[in-house]
Amino acid sequence: MPDDLTPATDRASVDTVSTDRPATSGPAGAGAGTTGPAGLAGVEAVPGAAKPDALLVVDDVVRRFGGMTAVDVAHLEVQRGAITALIGPNGAGKTTFFNLLTGFDVPDGGAWTFEGRSLAKKSAAKVARTGAVRTFQLTKALSRLTVLDNMRLAATQHPGENLFASLVPPLWKKREAEVTAKAMELLERFKLDSKKDDFAGSLSGGQRKLLEMARALMTDPTMIMLDEPMAGVNPALVQSLLGHVQALRDEGMTVLFVEHDMHAVRHISDWVVVMAEGRIVAEGPPEDVMQDQAVVDAYLGAHHDTDLGDDSLLDPDVLARLAAEEEKR
Amino acid sequence: MELSRILSQVLGELIAPTTAAYALAAIGLNLHFGYTGLLNMGQAGFMLLGAYGFAISTIAGAGFFLALAIAIVAGALFALVLGIPTLKLRGDYLAIVTISAAEILRMIGRSTVFNDQTGGSSGLTGNSFKNTFLDLSFLTDGTTQFGPWTYQNNGSNSWWIRLVAWSVVLFAVLVVWLLTRSPWGRVLKGIREDEDAVRALGKNVYSYKMQALILGGVAGAVAGVLFCLPRAVQPDSMGRSMTFFIWTILLLGGAATIWGPVVGSMIFFGVYMLLRAGMRVALPDAISSAQIEQIGGMVVGITLMCLVIFRPQGIFGDKKELAFDAR
Repeated sequence: MPDDLTPATDRASVDTVSTDRPATSGPAGAGAGTTGPAGLAGVEAVPGAAKPDALLVVDDVVRRFGGMTAVDVAHLEVQRGAITALIGPNGAGKTTFFNLLTGFDVPDGGAWTFEGRSLAKKSAAKVARTGAVRTFQLTKALSRLTVLDNMRLAATQHPGENLFASLVPPLWKKREAEVTAKAMELLERFKLDSKKDDFAGSLSGGQRKLLEMARALMTDPTMIMLDEPMAGVNPALVQSLLGHVQALRDEGMTVLFVEHDMHAVRHISDWVVVMAEGRIVAEGPPEDVMQDQAVVDAYLGAHHDTDLGDDSLLDPDVLARLAAEEEKR
Repeated sequence: MELSRILSQVLGELIAPTTAAYALAAIGLNLHFGYTGLLNMGQAGFMLLGAYGFAISTIAGAGFFLALAIAIVAGALFALVLGIPTLKLRGDYLAIVTISAAEILRMIGRSTVFNDQTGGSSGLTGNSFKNTFLDLSFLTDGTTQFGPWTYQNNGSNSWWIRLVAWSVVLFAVLVVWLLTRSPWGRVLKGIREDEDAVRALGKNVYSYKMQALILGGVAGAVAGVLFCLPRAVQPDSMGRSMTFFIWTILLLGGAATIWGPVVGSMIFFGVYMLLRAGMRVALPDAISSAQIEQIGGMVVGITLMCLVIFRPQGIFGDKKELAFDAR
């Protein structure tokens, strides 16, 4: 159980800037992400690449909303013990894909396995119990519960959560004490221990993000899935969050996170998967992916450097060719 | 002289069996709404079903405890039937389904089709089903005065019925207290705040909501039994207005509090009596007694509105807790 791995330097409170985190601070602090402990060194950087130790394997997952295909992922493998970032422009289908994987939405077709067990058609609760626990883009702190209760709620194997056992406290007091101790440990790690008796609704946006991450860790997940953990968080806290994510990886946890800001991703991820228009268009180590033509196209549009004032565009043949290229993409 | 009569009427309401019945129904609704966030708009339906279950089975020859068990099972089944299709959907659906189901029950009860069982719109008279309960009394016959209250020991409006009714209420308070400070209650509160978050942590939200719905529904059914014991089973007296009285009581006392429903019920009926008795004394010629009942109902409605607007946390609620609007 992780307890002593967090650098004590980490300042989670929103208004304090972390000064002593050399590994992740500064835009140029890269390099750490490429190989890391994850064993991704020899993996080919093509969409759908096979990984040496894949924890999550996705095949042909499709989700349509009416005529629009929001997600169409042919094949994806997520390496165990690595930080995999799922990036892409707005509307690429990242969050929908996340919802499908975690049982919050049902795909029109496809299969996926987690540690070899199929998760297709499993309810969200069952997915979470297999060890793939997610957080949400719009933070879901349970406002009118205290911070400590938010944490304790996430505990697994709690006999006191049975209706009949709950009436007899001696049956669950011991587990409750264990859970509380573990919750306090995690709260300390995320620098929320002083807030334990406050209602979660009174926390700031960034603190709620931390609380949600800490709460997910209460379940001892094999893989933690973070949906835009950096969205709407101030830069100082982004550094702290990135540090926490890296620390999790260093403890051996698998991290899959959605983000649409490529720069936040670049410094910590071991592997980057790029989605656009529902499909995976590229994957690879962060440095390579940023150079990938498909990624540039996805973010900027394939013809972003075409001069619209160019007279050649008046030629119907050229226009037809460009249109055909767009079609093909 | 008039004043002391009004006062004794008000004091009588505080410990009346009906007040206890409403308190118990509100305790059930508190489990639904206060702790789990379920919008049950048909608590009167649970009460009516409990009352019918008890009365009809007693008339058919069942003993008191069997009849009570039947009332409880009826309430639980009703919750199950309403919950299965709706608890996976958004909260509003449960509200629509419960209010309709409660009305359907009332309509069936008062229809002539089941006249032999339910007595149609005139209902079932108290004497036809309450003797098994009254026979259980261990009190000696006579009249006892306790403080400002004087009642017969046994009978329809007796100490016996008050004793039992309030014991049941206290038992329910104890159970709710135990439940809501347990990890089980914590899951319920989590669901109230955001069920997707709880689902993402691996809890079977549907099952917890069903448990809460059944438990609160059973409280409602037993409240229905308590409600009909001092009077008759009369479907039209257990309709929508009863549901809204229960909601007013819950919000008055404070949702998600232990004692809120009990104190809310006492205050509600105390003030309600004060209002009507006061109007009768103060304006005997201006308005008829039938009108006083109507005006009383209007005041209840206005009170409910004012509560929701100005003091949503009720008397016991924590203002701070309510300050964080989850949705």
